Amino acid sequence: MKNNHEPLFHVVKRDELSRGKGILIRVVAIIVALIFCGIITVALTGVNPISVYGTMVTGAFGSVRKTWVTLQNTAILLLIALALTPAFRMKFWNCGGEGQILMGGLASAACMITLADKLPNAVIIILMIISSIVAGAVWAGLPALFKALWNTNETLSTLMMNYIAIQLVAYFTVVWENPKGSGKIGIINQNSNIGWLPEIANKYLLAIVVGLIITFFVYIYIYYTKHGYEVCVVGESYRTARYVGIKVGKVIVRTLLLSGALCGLVGLLLVGGINHTITTTIAGGQGFTAIMVSWLAKFNPFVMILTSGLIVFLGRGAGEIATVFGFNQSFSDILTGIILFCIIGCEFFVTYKIKINKKEGEGNV
Amino acid sequence: MKKFTALLLSIAMVATLCACGSTADTAATDATAETAETTEATETTDAAATEAAVTVKAGFICLHDENSTYDLNFINAAKEACEKMGIEYVIKTNIPEGQECYEAACELADAGCNFIFADSFGHEDYMIEAAKEYPDVQFCHATGTKAHTENVANFHNAFASIYEGRYLAGIVAGMKLNEMIDAGEITAEEAKMGYIGAYTYAEVISGYTSFYLGAKSVCPSVTMEVTFTGSWYDETAEKEGANTLINDGCVLISQHADSMGAPTACETAGVPNVSYNGSTASACPNTFLVSSRIDWAPYFEYAMGCVANGTAIDTDWVGTLATGSVKLTDLGENVAEGTADAIAAAQADIESGKTHVFDITTFTVEGAELSSYQADVDTDPDYAPDHEVITDGYFNESGEGFRSAPYFDVKIDGITLLDTAF
Repeated sequence: MKNNHEPLFHVVKRDELSRGKGILIRVVAIIVALIFCGIITVALTGVNPISVYGTMVTGAFGSVRKTWVTLQNTAILLLIALALTPAFRMKFWNCGGEGQILMGGLASAACMITLADKLPNAVIIILMIISSIVAGAVWAGLPALFKALWNTNETLSTLMMNYIAIQLVAYFTVVWENPKGSGKIGIINQNSNIGWLPEIANKYLLAIVVGLIITFFVYIYIYYTKHGYEVCVVGESYRTARYVGIKVGKVIVRTLLLSGALCGLVGLLLVGGINHTITTTIAGGQGFTAIMVSWLAKFNPFVMILTSGLIVFLGRGAGEIATVFGFNQSFSDILTGIILFCIIGCEFFVTYKIKINKKEGEGNV
Repeated sequence: MKKFTALLLSIAMVATLCACGSTADTAATDATAETAETTEATETTDAAATEAAVTVKAGFICLHDENSTYDLNFINAAKEACEKMGIEYVIKTNIPEGQECYEAACELADAGCNFIFADSFGHEDYMIEAAKEYPDVQFCHATGTKAHTENVANFHNAFASIYEGRYLAGIVAGMKLNEMIDAGEITAEEAKMGYIGAYTYAEVISGYTSFYLGAKSVCPSVTMEVTFTGSWYDETAEKEGANTLINDGCVLISQHADSMGAPTACETAGVPNVSYNGSTASACPNTFLVSSRIDWAPYFEYAMGCVANGTAIDTDWVGTLATGSVKLTDLGENVAEGTADAIAAAQADIESGKTHVFDITTFTVEGAELSSYQADVDTDPDYAPDHEVITDGYFNESGEGFRSAPYFDVKIDGITLLDTAF
């Protein structure tokens, strides 16, 4: 006898998905997200959703300055995602981007504050570059070392390193605060500009140029070098890697030193090039957002330009909505949440397909 | 065939959605029309109010949004002043104390604002950067300390003599303590207040000291304990701080931090609370006594009026009780008898100059009178004292020729600091 309580549909893993179809699914996801956001907007606020979307575009690209800021923010988020990517390809879940950036930033700030007037500006900047990269690398290297030696859980240890970094920055904020008791450092060397990274063309371009260079570098590193190949093999299986003679521990530590060094570089850009101060929130959670950027792009550096751009666009657009329509920031967060939910959710349909079950044999019962 | 059905279904779905969208659109258009009308109305008053003057467009930068009592206080004042003067305005909320503030200020200037204001202490340096870039735009900053030394002509600081408001609030607290002593609930020696501060910053020290001196002026045996949270807004830490102080024997609590942490802890424990930034009576009906706050509307009206008339804005502007900048909220239900009269009398004395909050005869430092004090008025990394601030027998807080932001950072007798990590 046949069981006729078969579910209406079942989920099947796709064998191979054509590139066109993959893109189509994602485009549909974005359209669905926009429609859904529109419904929510109308239902909650009564504002025309088209004007809300228009405002988002204005917020990100409404003036020359806004466009530059959007590009600069994209470059920073992209750089962090690029930094995390080699580790992710090794299936080493580096959740410590935030802390690695902070340590890089703290090292830069330390040079700017303690060495001002003691050394020539060029020497200070060189020391800032070296120290921030080293600080970031050490902050990622420690959990990697523990993983290599004792197989500790890297997700936990990298996360915990974030909190140590935050507390260190909080401590030095009090040491360097100005004026006394205010809990703020303020712009470092505001009038002498010592330790400020040089501007190229305008104050936004430096981060963008660095972002593009590092994109090419990481792309070549992970796809076209022996190191990149080893990272991939270690990510697949430690045993395979050992069998072909790869020293797994060495690869783990080496890759994480690179990952942390790039995060340290971001810290340098944030402190020396953009904010000229250090606070515990200078990374602003981007160390975590970048995880999503990297994943959405399937670890492909060039696709990350798009994904980081999308996330920055949503954030900047959301801020503009709050200003123009007088909505609370939470409303923008709702819209961003819906859009990201649809985009991430569509990955399910990229990997799997839904098969509607034919009601065969109904007459046999 | 199956594909076709799917396609058909999805088209149908989109069509329904669009239909929903368009009906709602009409509603939205109505709403927009309404807003347009109000804008028009504002413009008419604008034309009437400021004839033949520069049209002011104001931009406001806030650290948080209206969920923070601190920012809400600024947002309300901004709306009030702009609507009264018929000025077009833009409010940017959730702007962190970093380069974002500079970008926000520049974006406002790009958008045609000629009066730009930022509300948080950490915004100051970034406002100065923006001010250098847009010399024709007036940049004003609350609570800042640098305008008088930076020499940027279009950058201005503003504050209010909130220490006077806290002194009056202290009188309310002192009278409540007297009532408790008279009722036999506590002895005179047990009259200990607790205070939750954010940082060991001059603004906070000035605030709790004036509050204490207000209480002491009516209840001479009062003492006070102070704890610091290391944050301007940390609900958990403020609540914990209040509970620590209450367990320590404090019978009345006040705070200088922006969350509801301390007031709610007091309401739970049944301990009277003197609040800040605005009334907490609705959430804490049984324990709320009074709250002092700065009303920024007079400053906004003054500064935007200067922009409209093309006159210079003061480098350091200090709002007072007389300008309507320093205010007390309505009293809570459980204040002591005669409180309203006592406040009115004290306020009159302060306004006439008969009473000075930091009168050196009313407090001692390590047992001795403070006859001379060099304060750190000019901000520098070494906190070097640079100005003699004791004049005519009182500490001249926010005084003429110094700066608007408080610089009283003396630790006086009778106040115990429990921790000074921040």
